[in-house]
Amino acid sequence: MSVSASAVPAIRVRGMEKSYKSLQVLRGVDFDVAAGSIFALLGSNGAGKTTMVRILSTLLKPDGGTATVNGFGVASEPVRVRESISLTGQFAAVDEILSGRENLMLVARLRQLKDPGKVADDLLARFDLAGAGSRKVSTYSGGMRRRLDIAMSLIGEPKVIFLDEPTTGLDPEARIEVWQVVKELAKQGTTVLLTTQYLDEAEQLADWIAILHGGRIIANGTLAELKRLLPPGEVQYVEKQPTLEDIFLALVGKDDKVGSSATPVVASSVASREDRP
Amino acid sequence: MSKHFFGDTAVLLGRSLRHISRSPDTIITTAITPVALMLLFVYVFGGAIKTGADNYINYLLPGIMLIAIASGIAYTAVRLFTDMKSGIFERFQSMPIARSSVLWAHVLTSLAANGLSLVIIVLVALVMGFRTSAGPLEWLAVVGILTLFTLALTWIAVIAGLSAKSVDGAGGFSYPLIFLPFISSAFVPTATMPGPVRAFAENQPVTSIVNTIQDLFAQRPVGVDIWIALAWCLGILVLAYVLAMAAYRRKIT
Repeated sequence: MSVSASAVPAIRVRGMEKSYKSLQVLRGVDFDVAAGSIFALLGSNGAGKTTMVRILSTLLKPDGGTATVNGFGVASEPVRVRESISLTGQFAAVDEILSGRENLMLVARLRQLKDPGKVADDLLARFDLAGAGSRKVSTYSGGMRRRLDIAMSLIGEPKVIFLDEPTTGLDPEARIEVWQVVKELAKQGTTVLLTTQYLDEAEQLADWIAILHGGRIIANGTLAELKRLLPPGEVQYVEKQPTLEDIFLALVGKDDKVGSSATPVVASSVASREDRP
Repeated sequence: MSKHFFGDTAVLLGRSLRHISRSPDTIITTAITPVALMLLFVYVFGGAIKTGADNYINYLLPGIMLIAIASGIAYTAVRLFTDMKSGIFERFQSMPIARSSVLWAHVLTSLAANGLSLVIIVLVALVMGFRTSAGPLEWLAVVGILTLFTLALTWIAVIAGLSAKSVDGAGGFSYPLIFLPFISSAFVPTATMPGPVRAFAENQPVTSIVNTIQDLFAQRPVGVDIWIALAWCLGILVLAYVLAMAAYRRKIT
C-alpha cells in the first residue's frame, strides 16, 4: 500500500486532545503538513508544542482525536510511525560519555544500517564535527551538541523529522548553522515539523506556520497569508540600521566554514528586512 | 517481541558496558565497602564470633558477596534514571527498536558489573585466607545462584529507576537490601539471636542463600536450603520483572 507522497499529507492531525490531570493542554488541534515542507508550530511556553510533538512521535497517547504520520496512525501503527520519523527533542539527546562518532554509530546500528562507521564519518564531515569525532560529547559546546543531535536524527533517512525548539539556548552562529541544516533537509524532500517560540525562526525557515494558543490552532497559513490577517502596513520611510545580530555576526565572522556560511545569511537577512512593510 | 530484540539489546549493552569501562569507579566503589566490611569482621570482630567454622572468612564470604550485589544494583537504577533525564531515552523510544531492549541492556550490564566486583572481592578474600575445596560443579552452582540473586535485585532496581523522582531516590532504595544480610546467618549463626529476630533471620531470603553457598564452598550437602534459596530468587525475580515491565509500560505510553 504505497501512497504517493504528494497526495497524502506527511502529517495529518484531527481533533487532537490531551490533558494532564485537570490541565487541558490540547483542545482539538487540527492541521496538515505537506510532504517535503517545513512546518513551524509557534507558541509561547506551555502552549502544548512539545505535547503535540510527543504525541506525533508516539511517546505520548492522546486523549482524543487522530493523527497520522507518513500515512500511519500514531495510535494504530506506532511501529510504522517510528520507522518513518526521527525526533530531536528539546534537550540534546546525546550520550555524554560516548564520543560523537560512537553516538552516531550507536544510532546507525539500532537502525540496522550496513556500515555504521562510514555513516558516522560522513555525518561528522557534513556537520563539521570531523575534528571532534573521537572526543567525548561531554567536552562539546552547546552548538556542537545540537549539531550532533540533529546528525543522529538524520541517520536512516527518516521521511519526517520533528525538531522541538531546535535553537533554544544556542548562540546566534549555532542558530544559523541549525537553520542551514533544516533548509538542506527540506531541499532533499524531508518533511520537517519544528516548534519554536522565536518568530524570526519561523519567518526564516517555514513554508507554513501554525500558531498554537490556548490548546487550539488559532492561525495557520504561509507567512504571506498570516500577514494578510492584519491590515496592510502603511509605507513608511525607515532608515535601515544594522541589528545587533548583524553586527555580532560581522564581528565574530570566522575564516573557517562557519564564518563563510554565516556571511551570506547576514546579507540575506538584511535584504529581507528591507523588503518588509 | 520484536524481531530485532537480540540485536538491539546487544547494541545497547555495548553502549552501557562502554560507560562502565569509562568510569570503572562504579565497580571499585561497589567492591570497596564489602571488602572493608570483610576486613573489619575478619580482623576486628571475627575473633569474638564463634561460628563453628574453622576459618571465619570462609563463613563470611557468601554474605559479603550478597552485600556487594545489593549495593551494586543501585547503579542500575541510577543509570536508568540518568538515561531518562538526559533525553536519550526518548530518542530510543521514538526509534523503531524493540522497546524492552532498553531495559534488558541495563539488566545485563548489572550482571557484568556485579560479576566484576565479585571477582575483586573473591581475590581479596583469597589473599585473606579464604579457601574452598569446591569443584567446578559447586562453583557453577554458586555462580548460578549469585546470577539469579543479581537478576532478581536488578529488576527491583529497574522499578526504582523508572519511578524515582531524583537521582538520590533512584540510588537510595538499596539501603534496606544492603542491611538484610546483617540480620541473617551471614555474619553470625542465627542460633545466637533472640527469638523474634531469629525467626525473621531464618525465614528471610538471604539466610537460605548464604547457607547454600557456605555449604557449596565447604562441599557439605546443601539440603533443603538450596531449594528455598532458588524459590526466593525466582519468586522475587518474576514478581520484580512483572512490576518493572508494568512500570515501564506506564512510562512509555
